Amino acid sequence: MSENTEASVRAEVRAWLEANWNPELGLVEWRNKLVDSGWGVPHWPKAWYGRELSAGLIPVVDEEFQRIGAIGVAKAGIRTLAAATILAHGTDLQKEKFLRRSLTGEDTWCQLFSEPGSGSDVAGAVTRAELRGNQWVVNGQKVWTTSAHHAHWGLLLARTDWDKAKHKGLSYFIIDMHQPGVTVQPLRQMNGHASFNQVFLTDALVQPEFLVADVGDGWAVTTTTLMHERRGADSLRSWAMGSDRPGRAYDEERAEIATTMEPYKWYPQRAGRVDLILPRARETGAIDDPVMRQEIAKLLVMSKSAEWTARRARTAQEQGRPQGPEGSLGKLVSSYIARAAARLHTQMSGANAMLTGEDSPMGGVIAEIFVSVPATSIAGGTDEIQRNIIAERVLKMPREPSVDTIKPFRDVPRNVVA
Amino acid sequence: MKFSFSGEQEEFRSNLRRFLTDRAPTKEVRRLMETDVGWEGAGWRALNAELGLTAVRIPEAYGGHGFGFGEHCIVLEEMGRSLLCAPYFATTVLAAGAILNAGTEGQKQALLPGIASGDTIATLASTEASGSWEAAATTLTATPSGASYRLNGHKSFVLDGHTADLIVVLARAPGTTGEAGLSFFTVAGHAAGLSRRALKVMDPTRKLARLEFQDVEASLLGEADAAAAPFNRTMTEAAVCLANEMVGGAERLREDALAYAMMRMQFGRPIASFQSMKHKQADMLLEVELAKSAAYYAAAALDDGDADVAATASLAKACASDTYMQTAIHAIQIHGGIGFTWDNDTHLWFKRAKSSEVLFGDASHHRELMMRNWAA
Ligand SMILES: Cc1cc2nc3c(=O)[nH]c(=O)nc-3n(C[C@H](O)[C@H](O)[C@H](O)COP(=O)(O)OP(=O)(O)OC[C@H]3O[C@@H](n4cnc5c(N)ncnc54)[C@H](O)[C@@H]3O)c2cc1C
Repeated sequence: MSENTEASVRAEVRAWLEANWNPELGLVEWRNKLVDSGWGVPHWPKAWYGRELSAGLIPVVDEEFQRIGAIGVAKAGIRTLAAATILAHGTDLQKEKFLRRSLTGEDTWCQLFSEPGSGSDVAGAVTRAELRGNQWVVNGQKVWTTSAHHAHWGLLLARTDWDKAKHKGLSYFIIDMHQPGVTVQPLRQMNGHASFNQVFLTDALVQPEFLVADVGDGWAVTTTTLMHERRGADSLRSWAMGSDRPGRAYDEERAEIATTMEPYKWYPQRAGRVDLILPRARETGAIDDPVMRQEIAKLLVMSKSAEWTARRARTAQEQGRPQGPEGSLGKLVSSYIARAAARLHTQMSGANAMLTGEDSPMGGVIAEIFVSVPATSIAGGTDEIQRNIIAERVLKMPREPSVDTIKPFRDVPRNVVA
Repeated sequence: MKFSFSGEQEEFRSNLRRFLTDRAPTKEVRRLMETDVGWEGAGWRALNAELGLTAVRIPEAYGGHGFGFGEHCIVLEEMGRSLLCAPYFATTVLAAGAILNAGTEGQKQALLPGIASGDTIATLASTEASGSWEAAATTLTATPSGASYRLNGHKSFVLDGHTADLIVVLARAPGTTGEAGLSFFTVAGHAAGLSRRALKVMDPTRKLARLEFQDVEASLLGEADAAAAPFNRTMTEAAVCLANEMVGGAERLREDALAYAMMRMQFGRPIASFQSMKHKQADMLLEVELAKSAAYYAAAALDDGDADVAATASLAKACASDTYMQTAIHAIQIHGGIGFTWDNDTHLWFKRAKSSEVLFGDASHHRELMMRNWAA
């Protein structure tokens, strides 16, 4: 292993970017170059487009991209979870077929886990997959599927054995969303957007080589996907906002943000927009109100300490030490931050908090924060589920007696879904 | 002070609840909230023809039923529960309140019977773009012109201001400041020089408008330069009435969330069987019951002519504001993913909770008003 230092990595990535970055390249052409160079996902294995760089050096690479204004690989959305899951559990064939096109942004993904009857209890899925001849045939319904209307591929959790206990009868598939057996229906959210969907699977087909891991191992693979989703929910997450610079690659990135990334348009608002708290406090005069100052300060204390907790977790990971409890807290604290920020934003807006759209502060951004923040404590695992995980897995507190994991799944009581 | 409802009041409430369940199901709320007007004549007439609701607190001398705030607040609580879309609050609490508190005998005779019968839709325009709820912030001016006045300026956040037939306007004499020089005026909704625009509202069940006044002819309501006291009194009444409306909404959310938790299964058992769900529901019950007690007490204090009523009104509004919003946050959380959808009704109350929290001043504003009364 070569000795990578901050200085050597910085020099190397800077030299490569200076020689190769060209805003007049097509977006996919540029990202393919990036994938080949190893600088697109430098923390990934060398065998798969990476450089095995430690996590602690990633910010150095990011800084150099920002310095020159270079666009990175496609990072936001479910494709990140798909890539991480396939990297961890996929076959070489699956890695070959899916990783590169996810990084270039050519493939868009969705996560087909939640069902009308099972959300917190993802392992209670009743969508069934049966091997008929040489194909898996899938029947069932998924719900809250973000981006399904743009997705080429879906990460599918389905039941393959009803006689085994709940977690043992599940398998994990990659399903082609563009086939007659898959119907996607948008669902409107309380914030007016329709970024998630219902997905109906009626004799939908999956080729045998798109089973991830073994039959019956679906739960372990699902856990990997969920772990990445929950980690990603921490306060270090940033969403591609696009750049206003001229150039073909920038144009195409802007187009990507407007189309396949459109479902995520409100995601910054759902996190509470802590970045807007001080500017709004100055604009509204709340900054001079001693009571408001205290509330603002409390939020900043929480958001800064959460950011540093996430950094501690990253540093532990980078040093190859086992993650301490700090790694499990990011998603939960992000809910608290989002809620406190939404409250402050509306409070600072006074009577204007009753308005929306062009009549309202920041052209509707404040109203959108208020009506989007409730998603944060639900999506990707509710606050209650996060607390259970922290209590039972991190603190090792006794689990509740289980009524659903010990008998064959077909005998477990569940919701009657129409 | 009275701490329970009478048999007649309980009966009135259950009739009302049945009527509203029937006439204002959320399907109807959703239909009306999508319209610009926000309500419909037929539904409004039924409220009055069948139950005489606009007449409840108007004295018999002016064509009303002469009940007190106790009964008026029962109506508002039930309307908050059902999210009825109607210009009821603007007409019966704000406009009728200002007329009762400020008007001369002749003006009451002239204006109140139309409100009592439901023929007149009315509102109060006091707040301006500054968003301040205080009388002293008024900038719209009234200049004498013959026997009447001319109004110039603007009003904003006016409840049902784009549809009201009669608008009570708070204005000041040019050159005055603070609470001096303030008077109430009445203006016809279609008066020349008045332009009205519905604002885009976050809570579509509560319509607000912006009004521009350009030499609008207006009649003085009550005594000139003496509107501050009756305005403040009207705001005290409005805070109490809104607090009662709010606890109705909060209780509905609490009950719906409980019913959902009892029915929804995860991990092979009802989610209501998880201790964290039980604790949340117990906290919600506690908060809603406290807020109901404060709202009921404040209504009784108004009827009893309690000297401390301004502080009590603020207490009730502050308590209802925190409780309604917190209950709405819990209610969405208990519903999980379905609670975040448009088709689930929870967000209708979630948005109403916020618009109610803000309307007439948020919880910190009212806590401060309460302290000013009590710390003096
Ligand atoms: C914006 C958004 C995007 C989403 N995107 C996707 C997606 O792309 N793909 C996908 O598969 N899913 C997605 N989801 C679904 C999400 O993962 C689920 O909504 C979530 O896991 C909760 O499940 P549920 O909705 O069935 O609620 P339920 O599980 O029914 O929960 C209802 C309530 O019960 C509580 N509860 C449940 N179990 C327990 C327990 N053991 N202890 C204490 N309390 C408990 C919950 O905390 C919650 O308050 C999305 C959701 C949202 C809001």
